[in-house]
Amino acid sequence: MKVSEKDVAYVAELANLDLTPHEREGMLRDLNSILDYVDLLNEVDTSNVQPMAQVSGHEQTGEGTIQNRSLAEVSRADILEGLRPSLPQDVALANAPDADQTFFRVPKVIER
Amino acid sequence: MNSEFTIDAVRTAIQERKTTAFALAEEHYARIEKEDPHIGAFLTLCKDRALEQADRIDRMAAEGKPLPPLGGVPVAIKDVMVTRGVRSTAGSKALDNFIPPYDCTAVARLEAAGAVILGKTNCDEFAMGSSNENSGFHPVHNPRDLSRVPGGSSGGSAAAVAADMAVAALGSDTGGSIRQPASFCGVVGLMPTYGRVSRYGLIAFASSLDHIGPLTKTVNDAALILRTIAGRDPMDSTSADVPVPDYVVELDRPVRGLKLGVAKEYFGDGLDAEVRRAVESAIEKLRSLGCEIVPVSLPHTRYAIPTYYLIATAEASANLARYDGVRYGHRATGVKTLSDMYRRSRDEGFGAEVKRRIMLGTYALSAGYYDAYYLKAQKVRALLAQDFVEAFHTVDAIITPTAPTAAFRLGEKSDDPLAMYLADIYTVTADLVGIPGISVPCGETKEKLPVGLQILGKHFDEATVLRVAHAYERSA
Repeated sequence: MKVSEKDVAYVAELANLDLTPHEREGMLRDLNSILDYVDLLNEVDTSNVQPMAQVSGHEQTGEGTIQNRSLAEVSRADILEGLRPSLPQDVALANAPDADQTFFRVPKVIER
Repeated sequence: MNSEFTIDAVRTAIQERKTTAFALAEEHYARIEKEDPHIGAFLTLCKDRALEQADRIDRMAAEGKPLPPLGGVPVAIKDVMVTRGVRSTAGSKALDNFIPPYDCTAVARLEAAGAVILGKTNCDEFAMGSSNENSGFHPVHNPRDLSRVPGGSSGGSAAAVAADMAVAALGSDTGGSIRQPASFCGVVGLMPTYGRVSRYGLIAFASSLDHIGPLTKTVNDAALILRTIAGRDPMDSTSADVPVPDYVVELDRPVRGLKLGVAKEYFGDGLDAEVRRAVESAIEKLRSLGCEIVPVSLPHTRYAIPTYYLIATAEASANLARYDGVRYGHRATGVKTLSDMYRRSRDEGFGAEVKRRIMLGTYALSAGYYDAYYLKAQKVRALLAQDFVEAFHTVDAIITPTAPTAAFRLGEKSDDPLAMYLADIYTVTADLVGIPGISVPCGETKEKLPVGLQILGKHFDEATVLRVAHAYERSA
């Protein structure tokens, strides 16, 4: 088994999930079965392969090569107001589960 | 499915005052009211918004003004795309009451082109699933056989089009979520090149893999919608600054002499015999239309599913970190501390598959496992991309089955995540590599279930993909 109960607890903590005891049991089973399957990748020799995080810039196109700027080169001119105005405060707060007129309200973070 | 009811037919009928956009919208709502209780394709209807737009189109028609390309066409939008003032849930209880303050670019472009947005369609929660059974609300039933799944995750959009509850729909595809449900429901589903369509306003699942695209009754309709939604959007820095051809005009170019690749890796074990037969006869049909069928090899194909499930879950674990119950979405009650609030809100909001993927992705990115899983998957992703670069040196497009089987029954795979993941075996690679792909209906099984033919093309070459699909559709 690759993943232990302790690992499930640790990863749940990282992911900000509690999970019920029943869910943890299922997670243990499913993660191990998926990771066993994923081991298939160990057959592939990748010692000389560069990792590919995204596809832009790797294109080979229909009508010859289209110069597509890589993501790193995308920029825009500075605009004083930004691309669009910020949301008005009341609109930004409209979906909040708890808010006053100005802020999102959450349980107290710092005890004093 | 009534394939007489296409985009051009509807628009022309309104333009010529044989009907009105208003009457058409009402007619579709009546059908939704009658049929959808059995199918479950819609989560939210937005009648006010639809009828207001229909009115606007009808006034244009009455004044004799030429209607825009989608003038009065009733469409449905997968609920992973945000709509201003209209509840947008991504199929999740975590967003049960979320009313977005802005519109997804693709939706805004459809509406600007005259489309009438009927409502939001059901899907697997955060687009994670291949059967629509992971919806946080209710499953969708396949209109062709109500005991079967419509595929996923854009199952509601596929079912809505198949059951004539919309003329066309938008879906999203991260591992096959447009093409596989299109195949299961007997409609056309197109995933454009990564970056072809802006993702602004698409609720993120896996950002390097997410695509928006159309589900339609005909290839011509898919071309019309793509032409409308494609192109650079300053709000999405990954949207490509590549010229958008007129896909509709390109459809009629001849296919004679095109080289179409067939890869043996897509016809191996696990492919249903009836699906294989249908796809092989479609290949023969394309040969008879003058296409040259060329064997190609995509040797890393068997590694696509494990690669996909590591990369997609890793990205998902990061993207879904934003659901913390603070600014919008579900918040647990009766919590004492902030961290309690985060955890309980997420526990209550997310369903089982979403939690499973967050856990797998978090694990794959965690200290000590990053190199073995995430980095390894990114390297194999590069090899998968290389497979296609080489194949496209010799062919113009590649044809495969869309899915290994026709629609399966509800409950058949829902207890076995791995078996469910394999439903995407022929679709995930195109997402990983960023190339466009379409699923077009190619016959039925003995049980009258639709089969899909997949056509994959070069980056930004949707025109060839659509052209081959169109030629096949017309000949079939």
